[in-house]
Amino acid sequence: MAGVGILMLVHTALGRAEQVARHWHAAGCPVVIHIDRKVPEATCAQFRQALADLPNLRFCTRHRCEWGTWGIVAASQSAAEVMLAQFPQVRHVYLASGSCLPLRPVQELIDYLAQRPRTDFIESATTADVPWTVGGLDHERFTLHFPFSWKKHRTLFDLYVGLQRRLGLRRRIPKGLVPHMGSQWWCLTRQTLSAILQDPDRRQYDAYFRKVWIPDESYFQTLARIYSTHIESRSLTLSKFDFQGKPHIFYDDHLQLLRRSDCFVARKIWPHASRLYEAFLSDNTSAMKHTEPNPGKIDRIFAKAVERRTRGRAGLYMQSRLPNSGWENGVTSGRYSVFSGFTELFEDFEDWIAKATGARVHGHLFAPDRAEFAQAQTIAPGAMPHSAAIRDYNPRAFLTNLIWNARGDRQCFQFGPADTQDITWFISSDPNAQISVISGAWAVPLFHSNRNFQEIRKEAALLQRIESQFLDVLRAPHCKARIRIWKMAEFIEAPMEPLQTIVDEIGIATPRHLTEAPKLRELAGFGQFLQNLKNQGMHPYLMGDFPIEQGTAQPHIPPRKPYLVRS
Amino acid sequence: MGIWQSYRLRLQRKRWLIRAFRKRRELRAVADRSAQIRPGDILLFCTQRNEGVRLPYFLQYYRNLGVNHFLIVDNDSDDQSLAYLAGQSDVSLWHTTASYKRARFGVDWLNWLQRKYGHGHWTLVVDPDEFLIYPFCDTRPLRALTDWLDASSIKSFSAMLIDMYPKGPLNDAPYQPGQNPLDIAPWFDPGNYSIKKNARFGNLWIQGGPRMRVFFPDAPEKAPALNKIPLVKWDRRYCYVSSTHMLLPRGLNLVYDEWGGEKASGALLHTKFLDTFAAKAQEELQRKQHYAASVEYKAYAETLAQHPDLWCKWSEKYINWRQLEILGLMSKGNWA
Repeated sequence: MAGVGILMLVHTALGRAEQVARHWHAAGCPVVIHIDRKVPEATCAQFRQALADLPNLRFCTRHRCEWGTWGIVAASQSAAEVMLAQFPQVRHVYLASGSCLPLRPVQELIDYLAQRPRTDFIESATTADVPWTVGGLDHERFTLHFPFSWKKHRTLFDLYVGLQRRLGLRRRIPKGLVPHMGSQWWCLTRQTLSAILQDPDRRQYDAYFRKVWIPDESYFQTLARIYSTHIESRSLTLSKFDFQGKPHIFYDDHLQLLRRSDCFVARKIWPHASRLYEAFLSDNTSAMKHTEPNPGKIDRIFAKAVERRTRGRAGLYMQSRLPNSGWENGVTSGRYSVFSGFTELFEDFEDWIAKATGARVHGHLFAPDRAEFAQAQTIAPGAMPHSAAIRDYNPRAFLTNLIWNARGDRQCFQFGPADTQDITWFISSDPNAQISVISGAWAVPLFHSNRNFQEIRKEAALLQRIESQFLDVLRAPHCKARIRIWKMAEFIEAPMEPLQTIVDEIGIATPRHLTEAPKLRELAGFGQFLQNLKNQGMHPYLMGDFPIEQGTAQPHIPPRKPYLVRS
Repeated sequence: MGIWQSYRLRLQRKRWLIRAFRKRRELRAVADRSAQIRPGDILLFCTQRNEGVRLPYFLQYYRNLGVNHFLIVDNDSDDQSLAYLAGQSDVSLWHTTASYKRARFGVDWLNWLQRKYGHGHWTLVVDPDEFLIYPFCDTRPLRALTDWLDASSIKSFSAMLIDMYPKGPLNDAPYQPGQNPLDIAPWFDPGNYSIKKNARFGNLWIQGGPRMRVFFPDAPEKAPALNKIPLVKWDRRYCYVSSTHMLLPRGLNLVYDEWGGEKASGALLHTKFLDTFAAKAQEELQRKQHYAASVEYKAYAETLAQHPDLWCKWSEKYINWRQLEILGLMSKGNWA
């Protein structure tokens, strides 16, 4: 008979528990089973009957085990007492549950423990040092009273905790105890375990822990610290917890992952995961490797699952993720650039910026008649139609979808006072947005247009009012976007400098120096045009000061060669 | 949400339940095998009319997922479907000739059947052209999902409708009984959905996909809702309010996370757009038994006459649930 005894706590899926018990027993390990008191007598009798043929298997006194209560500790105690009393050759006692599954041949576990005869494997940490607890009760679980069930009477539970905090009620921790906690699945040596169970003060300790919150994670973990000569603070049972503190469950598709983990025992296994039970209970001793458990990959997968559940994917809005304002962890999924006034001022700006940055450059996405996707497409990635009605039905969804659908591909678009303005608040508060505005540039197309001056005057007044509101939004304190605003007059003084800054910030894989400037539109007479507007009583101010004669004096600007040198 | 509002919703819920109770008389049992239902069985509820050609694959699909019993209301079919369903050993069948519209598009009938047979069970409410996809559905049966939902104290599971369509005209490839409709219509829109929140019931209102893109480009507000909550651990106090889009009590509609995280969710692949669709749309237009004066079917009939290709260059071909999860249409949440 082996020197490892197994305690099994079972409450459901008794068929699976029977299989596992037989597996332990077949490898020579004595087994003591605790059946939850809640299991009906008939089912229980049937289960005992099914296992009656195993000589080294015992059943212990039954307790009612409710999550987070003393019952589970009482069950472990009873089972351990039976084990120590009836199987004197047992050196290590391993606490497992009915939904635990041995992943490696049991003989490997027996050998592993035989090589470490004095080591207690029990995860045990002081409350101050670990972030494990869910729900904010860490040290308080040792100092408050918990007469109400957390599962059944949550409100009462919370109210009573609150009341005790308010009144400053405290329980006294018995002398000599330093509260520790950790995984409830341990493996203790006979020496340590018997010392705990035969402690002269056990009555006092039991009375104390009986009213501690989740004692199964602290009773043995605390007391082992008193008696053990050598604690390895880790559990030999692979058991991962999610963000609510309930164990992750293993299914058939985890087979390879579990195999490669090299852990001795895993929990919790879905009772219908037949492939797992078949694979691991067939005990093919082929893989005799004396490696340490290595659950790294499983850890990562479950850590990612928790991350997905608590943080989610930035910039994604979908049926099961609709963050409240401020909780998005990134309102859009990637960086993008908004240009206002650039296509008005330069003839070939879209092509130019596309070439300089490699980004996808759209026209006026929020134009009143349709969304002007890049290359005059009528449909964009994600099957987004260019319909203005659909876009304006939910502009925010339109933009976040566009960015999400193009993940990894930088998006740029043009924006101006003639566009639908609903999106301005959103983009200005998005840290992913880079917004560059040449204010007043909307006047250039008007200047070139062949329309009646009265119409132009009206249009100019409207556009100026809208752009001024846009600028107010961009200057509001909530703004988180990278915002740059130039007056048009100031911009055309030295256009290359701001352009270089913008391109650098977009940041492409292979940074290039700008060797070619976009072509500035003809501005001869623009100053006079503005003066004419003024003469009509409409004062354009957003573009800055243009001297009347600047138009005639400025032809030196377009042919200006870039001053940046190719490296 | 004040007490007054809660109270009004409570009254509304009671009213729907009473209505369902009254509508029970419209149902006549054709094959009542509900005695076969065991505790813990997963039940599927469905209304159907003249879907004979779809039923073989539909039943097969959900049997494979692990549905234990089907409870189906037949609304006055005149094809073979009634006889076919009556002959299935795991189907309980009711028949009615009453108005689909006045039973609130079948909701009253199913609310009644769910109240009577669904209490304490996981219940799935889908149409014969809807196929449930959930995380790990290729390796884990539906029971694995419901067990996990139970363990996580989650009572309702969201699965958004994703409209599937073929490439080319709808009538190019005739659908045969028993055939996987996804063989004909494997395409879908990957990223053009718009979400709004319904403040009163707390559910989301999702619109988009090919139906909005092709049929409602100028009136997007009329496009059909795509949010669905088809899988619920039923209690006799629950009721669906409008199709499976929303439920009462309101808490069941909170299938989305509001603090940045993602809850687990699935998808209903909606294979409405097969060669059978044109005839169906015509028939429904005449019966006028659908939502909002069949505005949807009017739009279909008009558009179908012009250019019946729903496919576009950014359409995505369905591969598996992982693809939908990567696209952000559904999520594993913290199920791993």
